[in-house]
Amino acid sequence: MFSFDLLANGLVAGILLGGFYAAVAIGLAIAFGQLDIVNIAHPAFVIVGSYIAWILNSRLGLDPVLIGVMVAPVFFFVGAAIYRVYYAAFERTGQESLSGLAFFFGVMFIIEVLLILVYGVDYRLVNAGYIGETIEIGVVGIPLRMLVPFLVAAALTAGIYLYLSRTFMGRAILAVAQDRLALQLMGADPVRVKQFAFGLAIATTAVAGALLIIIGPVEPSVGRQYIGRVFAIVVLGGMGSIPGMFIAAMILGIAESLVASFMGPSWAPAVAFGLLLLTLAVRPSGLFGRQ
Amino acid sequence: MSQMVLRVEGITKRFGGFVALDSVALTLAAGERLGLIGPNGSGKTTLINCISGALVNDEGTIEFEGRDVTRMPPHRRARLGVARTFQIPKPFRSMSVLENLRVPLEYAAWSRAEHRRITDEAMEMLELMGLKHCAGASSGSLTQVDMRKLELARALAAKPRLLVSDEAMAGLSSSEVDEILETLFALNRRGVAVIMIEHVMRAVMKFSERVAVLVAGRKIADGNPQAIVADPNVIKAYLGE
Amino acid sequence: MKISAFWVCVVLIFLAGLGLTHAAVNPYYFNALYVILQATIMAVAWNILGGFTGYVNFGSAAFFAVGAYTAIALDKALGLPLPFLIMAAALVCGLIGLGVGYLTLRLKGVYFAIATLAMAIVIETFVNNWSYVGGARGVYILTPEKHLWFDHYIEMLFVVMLGLALAAVAISRKLNSSRLGRGLAAIRDDELAAECAGVPTLRLKLVSTTVMGAMMGVAGAPYPFFVTFVDPISAFNLFVAVNAIAMPMIGGTAHWIGPVIGALLVGSLQEIITVTISSELNVLLVGIMLVLFITLAPQGIVGLAQKLRRRFFR
Repeated sequence: MFSFDLLANGLVAGILLGGFYAAVAIGLAIAFGQLDIVNIAHPAFVIVGSYIAWILNSRLGLDPVLIGVMVAPVFFFVGAAIYRVYYAAFERTGQESLSGLAFFFGVMFIIEVLLILVYGVDYRLVNAGYIGETIEIGVVGIPLRMLVPFLVAAALTAGIYLYLSRTFMGRAILAVAQDRLALQLMGADPVRVKQFAFGLAIATTAVAGALLIIIGPVEPSVGRQYIGRVFAIVVLGGMGSIPGMFIAAMILGIAESLVASFMGPSWAPAVAFGLLLLTLAVRPSGLFGRQ
Repeated sequence: MSQMVLRVEGITKRFGGFVALDSVALTLAAGERLGLIGPNGSGKTTLINCISGALVNDEGTIEFEGRDVTRMPPHRRARLGVARTFQIPKPFRSMSVLENLRVPLEYAAWSRAEHRRITDEAMEMLELMGLKHCAGASSGSLTQVDMRKLELARALAAKPRLLVSDEAMAGLSSSEVDEILETLFALNRRGVAVIMIEHVMRAVMKFSERVAVLVAGRKIADGNPQAIVADPNVIKAYLGE
Repeated sequence: MKISAFWVCVVLIFLAGLGLTHAAVNPYYFNALYVILQATIMAVAWNILGGFTGYVNFGSAAFFAVGAYTAIALDKALGLPLPFLIMAAALVCGLIGLGVGYLTLRLKGVYFAIATLAMAIVIETFVNNWSYVGGARGVYILTPEKHLWFDHYIEMLFVVMLGLALAAVAISRKLNSSRLGRGLAAIRDDELAAECAGVPTLRLKLVSTTVMGAMMGVAGAPYPFFVTFVDPISAFNLFVAVNAIAMPMIGGTAHWIGPVIGALLVGSLQEIITVTISSELNVLLVGIMLVLFITLAPQGIVGLAQKLRRRFFR
């Protein structure tokens, strides 16, 4: 049953959702897009971010976004440490393909199960002033719990994009994927650059997790739904392109939203993966990817 | 015409906006020894990749023994008799030296191998290469020169009629260069046409019946080795680097 | 191991299994053994593409579940006996393996792994929405009426699974030491060099995915009769997928016996823990073991044994 209202709301919801998806995917755009690290556990880290946001929000009453930003440095160090292990065990010996993948698969699993063991499978949510409020513009309703994450996500994406293109370390990160030798000649140690980049990627999950739990309740297995989404976004956007990633996130958000509106929400998971498979089959370098 | 083991015409290959090969043409007679030289980045390895099928050229045709192989995948060309070595050796690391040779014998040379005697054939080839002493050793643990020999041995095991050797002598000592050179001569004596890509000029001059020069994706000279070396254009291309 | 020694072991094991059904044993043991045998088939199957060929498949659960649902659908529609259901599952899952392989094997290994995950979720979504087999609500299966001469249907299922597991191991072993297996190993070690050495890499990879898919489907076909209630969440369980990866990696991926060792070891450990402590802990255990083995002993138990042997028998 087609109606203009449904379409309009679906589109707006899709845009807002897409923006949020960009926040979740940007860490992977760095780790996988730039560094070729297939961190399949990325969404699991996001869920950890959500849980931390829930804990501090219910104990201390702090705003979730604030929590995300505050906790990000901790995540940064965790990410850097994990990269150290990953590098020592896999990259140095050239085993990234098989073992590296399985490594992160195991990490993802451990994270999810630990969360279940400690916190159980109940849904958790946060409380903030703007959750539950909606702005009405014509026939379209814009829930604040989606608008705030959208704005934060846009700011995060823009910030990281500027960082990567303007600062020395940022450009070193962009370079490390393409030319290790040139990087070394510039006086930067490729391993430390990658370590920094991976730490940055994990740091973003703290913020993304906070945004996630603002949008809706979270329980440990929610992360799995996002595996397909984030990889679809990074691949569709093109490896190594932040703007491409943002556009791809929008496309996915809108597609999912429209499918959910017109075909029912049970079909939504297939959208991301279907899009991913399509991209891989037709144009593996994505929309804006490097060769 | 039918004596031409390889005929390459109008090969053009682009990577995005960068033209790696520009209308390159080359022929090779059966059993001929061709040296292919040129500055770094001139497209030699790209040309080899197109000939062996690892890359698909954008324009032009490749004929092997009169047959158009331009769109054929590498494994089919290998079965027809095209073999190549890699600049950085790529051994099958989980296998021993002997087992490394089984793969091309059982696949590329399947129609030409004597199936019951695969292990014996492999040992014969290792002996020819001077690698018999490490037949059972893990292929990942060889010395540099032995790895290069293994690359050549693997190419030999495919029983090719054309072999492209990609800088097999890079970074080797003078006596090691002579070892590799002798191996290549031995291969050639078996009737294999060889394209040798090298920077070690002494080896090129000693080995080649003919020399072709590739500069910035274009072939600028092709002919008698002495004449090529004296050609002012060639000298400028090398010294100009 | 000489060929005849292997087959002697196979026959002995099968006879021992039959013998077990006659002994007055607590039916629980057959349950536990069924689970371990199922895990063995999955591990052996995964290793054909993962260990032998070097392509990581995250979507094992999908093949398993499709095998189970094929059995459910055909049982409901035609009431076919178990052997036919198993063959049908093998056929359907083999074709899916072929299809997925054809779509994605031309890409790098990394993209293939992600694509298998994608495929698994897409298939799960479809099954979720297919009401004929119960959709998201799930479906109840009646236990089979005929259990031949066994006292209990679980004993029959156990013997069926034992036979299937032995067949899977035999196939895997044959593959490991055949010309095909050597081609797969070459692909795993260096795909480009293999291609230039005459190995038809795409074709062999497709054979690998097809065999793997078919085997996993076979592992899944008797599952509905074992659990009697199937829903997408339990059938497409990620635990199945993790086990399928963890067991071969812990046992050792290069040799055909690796996944068997891994499955027996980890599977038994999991059964013991489930009974004595809790089943959630199982899942944590597998994850930790996987990560530890991958980082510290990437060649698995088989690799460790080989290292020890070299050290002692210089």
